Amino acid sequence: MSDPSVGIVVVSHSRALGNAAAELAYEVIGDVDVPIAVAAGLDDTTPGTDAAAIATAIATSDRGAGVVVLMDLGSAVLSAELALDLLDDVGADPATRDRTVLCPGPLVEGLVVAAATASTGADRHRVSADAAAALGPKRSHLGLSWESG
Amino acid sequence: MGGLSVAETVGPAELGRWLRAFADAVTDNADDLTALDSAIGDADHGVNMRRGMTAVVAKLDAAPATAPAALLKTAGMTLVSTVGGASGPLYGTLFLRMGTSAGDRAELDAAAFAAALRAGLEGVVARGKAQLGDKTMVDALTPAVDALDAALADGAGLGDALRAAANAADQGSDATIPLVARKGRASYLGERSAGHRDPGATSTALLVNTAAASLG
Repeated sequence: MSDPSVGIVVVSHSRALGNAAAELAYEVIGDVDVPIAVAAGLDDTTPGTDAAAIATAIATSDRGAGVVVLMDLGSAVLSAELALDLLDDVGADPATRDRTVLCPGPLVEGLVVAAATASTGADRHRVSADAAAALGPKRSHLGLSWESG
Repeated sequence: MGGLSVAETVGPAELGRWLRAFADAVTDNADDLTALDSAIGDADHGVNMRRGMTAVVAKLDAAPATAPAALLKTAGMTLVSTVGGASGPLYGTLFLRMGTSAGDRAELDAAAFAAALRAGLEGVVARGKAQLGDKTMVDALTPAVDALDAALADGAGLGDALRAAANAADQGSDATIPLVARKGRASYLGERSAGHRDPGATSTALLVNTAAASLG
């Protein structure tokens, strides 16, 4: 039996955006089993982020290899940070907090790259680092350095 | 009651009264809060806070808490799941930290209430990483907590101390008007954020004023 995959959590203000981004990532990785949980929107139509829902998503996507969290803007980051304090309340494995990485990468590009890297069996640090650098190919294609544009 | 002060403790009944009063205040002022937020933010603060506090009151109605810590935790957890914007994790953290500070006390005396509010402030600062003068709720909450502590240290009762805190929160909210925002959506506007009152500081002033009205 192979080692468990890193889990990925998608945090967005929009449930539609979070689900669509996850769908895009699944298309990229095909049949490889990478747990991707979406914690986005207050409900199907009300935008917002919910720290308790994020905590639950982190808890359920940690299979032992940890979790990389991709976030969109503003309160998504604050709610994800607060979610780390709520893991006990949602019954997470006590070790989950220390193996959860909040990734600074862009939501869509970062998620696709994170899923692709996770599907190779990489660890959470590699997955997060690759996702954080996910704008590289686009910047390179557009002829931009990291410092410009 | 004459010249004797009433028993100055804050239990679940008093905390529930405060949260209901705050819910009424954000509902009454929702349009104003949203108007402030439309000037420098994303025009959702009033709507978000009304939705969150309405949910808190519904929780209190459904299952009245019997201890301060449980009530404050219920309020905090409800806000983090129902507000949606940055005020959710920030007000949520405020009440969650107050609940932790309350511990297993059945009632909070003035010192314990002040300590809880300071723990809440410290939680908000740690969560939002905002400093005084960044044009946020911290600009109303910090002077309020300082005024509360100072008044209690001078021997004031909880009611007078909370009224001093409310005045300090109002002044702190007023003082956000000329500031340039350095946190949150308003910071995208840079200099253009000056000249507008901060919505978060405004709702925080309502929080402290309703504490003075319902706990004092």
